[in-house]
Amino acid sequence: MAAVLVSTTINGDAVEFACPPQESLLAVLRDRLGLTGVKEGCGTGDCGACSVTLDGRLVCSCLVLGAEVDGREIATIEGMAENGKLHPLQENFIEHAALQCGICTPGFLMAAKVLLDRNPQPTETEIRYALAGNLCRCTGYDKIVRAVQATATELRQLEKKKSRRKKSKKS
Amino acid sequence: MANDPSYTKQKLKVIGSRVRRPDGVDKVTGRAKYGADHNAPGQLVGLFLRSPHAHARIKKISTARAEKLSGVKAIITSEDLPDLTKGDTAARDILENCMARGRALYDGHAVAAVAAVDEQTARKALKLIKVTYELLPHVTDVDEALKPDAPVIHDYLYTNGVEPRPTKPSNLYNVAEFGHGDVDAGFAQADVVVEKSYKTEQVHQGYIEPHACVGSVNPDGTGELWVTTQGHFTYRSVCANLLGMDIAKLKVTSSEIGGGFGGKTHVWIEPVVLALSRKANRPVKAVMSREEVFRASGPASSTSIDVKIGAKKDGTITAAFAALRYQSGPFPGAIPGMPWAAIGAMTSFACYNLANVKTLGYDVVVNRPKVAAYRAPSAPMIAFAVESTMDMVAKELGIEPLDLRIKNAAREGTRACYGPVYGPIGIGATLQAVKNHPHMRARLKKNQGRGMACGFWFNFGGQTCADLNIATDGSVTLTVGTIDVGGSRASLSLIAAEELGIPYKQVKAHIGDTGSLGHNDTTEGSRGTFSSGMAIVFAARQAIEVLRERAAIMWEIPIEDIIWKDGHAKARGSKYSRLKPLSLADIAAQSPSTGGPIAGHNESVPDNAGVSFASHICDVEVDPETGGTRIIRYTVIQDAGKAIHPTYVEGQMQGGAAQGIGWALNEEYIYGDDGRLQNPGFLDYRIPVCSDLPFIDTQILEIPNPNHPYGVRGVGETSIVPPLAAIGNAISNAVGVRMDHTPMSPPRILKALEQLHAS
Repeated sequence: MAAVLVSTTINGDAVEFACPPQESLLAVLRDRLGLTGVKEGCGTGDCGACSVTLDGRLVCSCLVLGAEVDGREIATIEGMAENGKLHPLQENFIEHAALQCGICTPGFLMAAKVLLDRNPQPTETEIRYALAGNLCRCTGYDKIVRAVQATATELRQLEKKKSRRKKSKKS
Repeated sequence: MANDPSYTKQKLKVIGSRVRRPDGVDKVTGRAKYGADHNAPGQLVGLFLRSPHAHARIKKISTARAEKLSGVKAIITSEDLPDLTKGDTAARDILENCMARGRALYDGHAVAAVAAVDEQTARKALKLIKVTYELLPHVTDVDEALKPDAPVIHDYLYTNGVEPRPTKPSNLYNVAEFGHGDVDAGFAQADVVVEKSYKTEQVHQGYIEPHACVGSVNPDGTGELWVTTQGHFTYRSVCANLLGMDIAKLKVTSSEIGGGFGGKTHVWIEPVVLALSRKANRPVKAVMSREEVFRASGPASSTSIDVKIGAKKDGTITAAFAALRYQSGPFPGAIPGMPWAAIGAMTSFACYNLANVKTLGYDVVVNRPKVAAYRAPSAPMIAFAVESTMDMVAKELGIEPLDLRIKNAAREGTRACYGPVYGPIGIGATLQAVKNHPHMRARLKKNQGRGMACGFWFNFGGQTCADLNIATDGSVTLTVGTIDVGGSRASLSLIAAEELGIPYKQVKAHIGDTGSLGHNDTTEGSRGTFSSGMAIVFAARQAIEVLRERAAIMWEIPIEDIIWKDGHAKARGSKYSRLKPLSLADIAAQSPSTGGPIAGHNESVPDNAGVSFASHICDVEVDPETGGTRIIRYTVIQDAGKAIHPTYVEGQMQGGAAQGIGWALNEEYIYGDDGRLQNPGFLDYRIPVCSDLPFIDTQILEIPNPNHPYGVRGVGETSIVPPLAAIGNAISNAVGVRMDHTPMSPPRILKALEQLHAS
């Protein structure tokens, strides 16, 4: 079958690629576009190592076809740090030793970011269920959950500061 | 004495601080390169054809149609891998496991491999290879394999370790005995004797990164291998030997490793990938699918165990006995002379001080994948059996299980059940810490129960070689040959900083490829930080000698008058009061004119890695309707000797506990009557997910290892040993059923509850 030509946006950049219609988004990202931060742990949507966002929604890229992403927006781990600055989640994963081998880390960071974008004050249980689609075999999840909790607290304090600044400017 | 490993009680400045790991940024940004993240120019895609049968004669493999397919560059069967092992049976088994030779020995055994221009073409080629099988009778259960009418897998395997030598081959390939005293006399003295049999199902290490490599062999006989491995030097020598290459001409680079836990200590696809490359004269990349990882890379043994413990009314254990039957897949255990049941037998009663003890390890072959090490290999299963029986003995005696353990705990001077006499050890301290822990006094609700259990692991030193190089700006490069699976670069950098007296940030640790260092044994036995750490201590001390020499040249004074303190060369004595101390950077800057580069090296075999003990406390809640068990609270208490980086030590303790929890409650290989694995995927082989677990509390104890300058013991493995029994004991205390079969899954617990209510 002829390759499909796809125009998409990845981490804010316009990207074009051609791929066979049966090729997964995961294979496209890793093998065609060199975005190997997206990991393959199972290829069946069970481990979450290949997590990316598609129009802001968390997906397993092994379960999406490359041909499906035309005109859509993809974010991968490679785009999480902005302007040379790590995202607070990335900082806290290092600080709290939330990774040992690190193979699951990109997927966890994507899943945690989607959680905090939607729910800035998650409970421990909410964090655990939001991350339940991502397998980690090294950490027992303890330090991952703590890193997400610490980030949530930090981001809330940052928001408070911002809104206080806004208020003081107004007054 | 530069190379004295003795514990010195030296005051430590940076050891024990919780620094950021140097590879952290790479790993949170996706830049770190793992096994499947590397590509070579012109590389082909390698795929394997695997047997769908548990045991079959391979009558014919027709590759002609596949070879004709456009884009196929090489096809390999065992005929392309001549046996060069010259009577080395362990090597022959590795070769046969990599590619079936005349017989498929398990569901998933490789029978052919293809290299093609892309994955689609390789897949098509696999479909065009026609294999004619003649089915043979198979056996997958360890107890079934020992029955007199069981199919005998190998006609050349005769039981080792029994006199007289058997006259017939069998699946029982080794019997090992350990112990001391007289167990019969000991049981005769006992007021209470408890006997119980157990089974544990097969589990997989479950690393998230599948096996992956890129191999390239040139026509001139040189080659390169990029691979995810725990032991690139071992992979190098094994691959070179199997392929008839000079060891030094094969360069193996270990990628970042996405988990191993013992499963990446052995070669699986790598020799075949190199053979494909040699045949195609192109680099070949192969990545196992998750299904292949489950079907064809080494899980841990499934087991069947009998335990018998006798004790007096006051709780003194008078005798202990265990018989362990472990299957190792279709080949004898991976460590020559030390098969899996024998290792299990050695660990059986290692936590206790026993006058009379005997253990028997029966090692058995079956038609399942070749067993590999899995974190404290062989210990969790026997600990499940022994520590469950200990609770039963305590119940019979009316003693608290913790007190029974404290009364019989091994201590300094105890003769271990596997022979040696212990030096200072931590089992007593971990038990006392359990007693004092608030967890033991927390309230429990209905259907909840608390259990505890102990665990032991030997730890290992092994051949080690490391370099420490000082750049002209005073920054320091470490090159080590053990891999970093959980933060060891940080720990090793801390050690270099401690010895040299410089800030942690001035040091950068690298994992060297096989071209950059002498042989390093595989990173196993919790040896990474212990052994490479020791080598770094000695390498740093050697570098300090050089730094003093260079300072002597710079100052034109005798070296004897120079000491190294706080990262500086200092001249001793009032006559040198005009000499301002020289920093490491000052000396390094002058190195081009004082004798060239400054470095330290060490090659050694650090011994006495320091045995490790842990005690775990666990609360569970059992749902009597579903049989489901939830872990409510979990505490790990372990002796680390000295925690170099406490956060990463905690990580090891938590990770091992989580793996043990999965083993206890969910994980098992399920085989059909046809001998095929029915659940080779993460959906049906369910490892714990984030919502299954609570926070896992940790308490690090530090009882120094006398054979390490800082007192370090290995810390990576022991934490997987106690959970099975701790959870079994907790379930028993919650709902009154004694589980004797892991995983203690909902159907098994429901069945046990039904039996309890029926009786």
